[in-house]
Amino acid sequence: MKFSYLSTTMALMALLTACDGDPAAPDYGSNPQLPEQERGLLPSMKIANPAPWGDRQPTVPEGYNITAIATDLGIPRQTLVLPNGDILVAEGRGGSAPALRPKDVIAGFIKAKGTTSVKSGNRLTLLRDGNGDGVYEERTVFADNLNAPYGLALVNGQLYVANQDALVRFSYRDGQTRAEGPPVKVTDLPSEINHHWTKALAASADGRFLYVGIGSNSNITERGLSAEVDRAMVWQVDAQTGAHKPYATGLRNPTALAIQPGSGELWAVVNERDELGPNLVPDYLTSVREGGFYGWPYSYWGQNVDPRVRPQDPQKVASAIPPDYSLGSHVAALGLAFSTPAMGAQFADGVFVGEHGSWNRSVPIGYKVVFVPFRDGAPAGPPIDFVTGFLGEDGNTYGRPVGVTVDPRGALIVADDLSNTVWRITPPQQSPAAEAPPRPSTPTPAGNPPPNYPPS
Amino acid sequence: MAVTVNERSARAIQPFHAVLLAATIPPFLGSLLSDIAYASTYEIQWINFAAWLVAGGMVFTGLALLWGLVDLIRADRRRGRPLIYVLLLLATFVLGLINSFVHARDAWATMPEGLVLSAIVVVLAILATWLGFSSLRVGGIK
Repeated sequence: MKFSYLSTTMALMALLTACDGDPAAPDYGSNPQLPEQERGLLPSMKIANPAPWGDRQPTVPEGYNITAIATDLGIPRQTLVLPNGDILVAEGRGGSAPALRPKDVIAGFIKAKGTTSVKSGNRLTLLRDGNGDGVYEERTVFADNLNAPYGLALVNGQLYVANQDALVRFSYRDGQTRAEGPPVKVTDLPSEINHHWTKALAASADGRFLYVGIGSNSNITERGLSAEVDRAMVWQVDAQTGAHKPYATGLRNPTALAIQPGSGELWAVVNERDELGPNLVPDYLTSVREGGFYGWPYSYWGQNVDPRVRPQDPQKVASAIPPDYSLGSHVAALGLAFSTPAMGAQFADGVFVGEHGSWNRSVPIGYKVVFVPFRDGAPAGPPIDFVTGFLGEDGNTYGRPVGVTVDPRGALIVADDLSNTVWRITPPQQSPAAEAPPRPSTPTPAGNPPPNYPPS
Repeated sequence: MAVTVNERSARAIQPFHAVLLAATIPPFLGSLLSDIAYASTYEIQWINFAAWLVAGGMVFTGLALLWGLVDLIRADRRRGRPLIYVLLLLATFVLGLINSFVHARDAWATMPEGLVLSAIVVVLAILATWLGFSSLRVGGIK
């Protein structure tokens, strides 16, 4: 019996990792306290136990409204709101990294329990709300036969799609519900092994450059350093020629990219390494500096050396930039979107972050969408829960958030790749974009910040 | 020609049990050599080899241990060398299992524990095999 086998395995693991103790609350913000590295005989694991939503719904802030605008998708990951309000959904499952060690066989089997078993969509689905009533009654397949599409960007009439092996584009005009033909390849993307297969995408405001996030080919170089050529970095791709250069490196798994309105600066959420303990290493949100090196694999959060990497590189460690903002270890941030005043006063200035949720931790963490408030263009304050309830108090997991997108008309679109749903959250007394309230002063999060949070 | 066989010496180790027992040494020796190669070159493929070799050694150790336990339970005489043989094999299995978990760590996190455990496990396997081949004939079967 699969189930008894699994529970035996989990019991064995609980026994072997009991020395880890109960993990303390994780640390947020710009200067997180980093505990000592630790690793039991087996890594702590707590795999999601998927269950259907039934009559339940995710929890949103008081007065906010949430609806499922599309269900039964083929693993929705990232979404894009088009100028006319239509929503594109990238669906698919990528990665074909072979099992190299006995561990990979066992871990692959266990981790698959916490994800959907639906077939990979490998397509873009378009959702349309023709009359603006919040019901997306029209659903068409915009493009099909893609290879695990993930990152999406629309600029200068071109729709860019980051497949797991190539950056491609479609021409797009307003109102289109179907691509006119197969896409044109802009450039190939690194896809050998593809341990971390998702290719995040953002376009510069002028449309000249595209930024592609490429994850590492391992947790921490266990597939060899030669497998990490062109990995764990953000590429800057020339939209015209397809020529690329590394824009920033040492970013283990940059799973979502966004351009900050106003400054034009590139921001990213990055998933950090596992198996150093329940509160290491923090996944983070950061502005991405051109030419910057962010540590992976040699060090984390600046100059904290990772002893698992050989040969070491003290020069690279010395040059590593600490990221801007810790989201907490193992939350698995997969979505990033800058907010607008149309999202309501408390959530007007800042970013939404979709947290897929942990597996490498005995007490699960993440499984929600948080809002990180900004002041003067930088994070200021602890994260505020925006959408929760994906992980039920009964221990079941109903959904796992991935991509988040802000509709400038005043809505947050959240892709959920466990229940294969797209959620739409709207603020109270939703008003048309033209009547959006003026930019409010910095919101103050309700309650006191956690004690660890450094005063800014 | 007629041969008079001593009943005790006729209880030589059962051939298949012998195969299982002897087969524990090559993979454990291989894992030790692979660990040494990884430690001295940082070439990751060696630690992958080591992980599989430990796993392979564990399959043979597990089966030989099972056989040894059954023999021990069915034996007239359960003390002395047959018992030591099974205990040695048990120690090989337990440390081998720990070594499997250590080899499930990533990259250099396997070192130095992995190398040390591989060395201990191969020595234990050799001792167990030695004792197994030289002692099992005394454990009379009903």
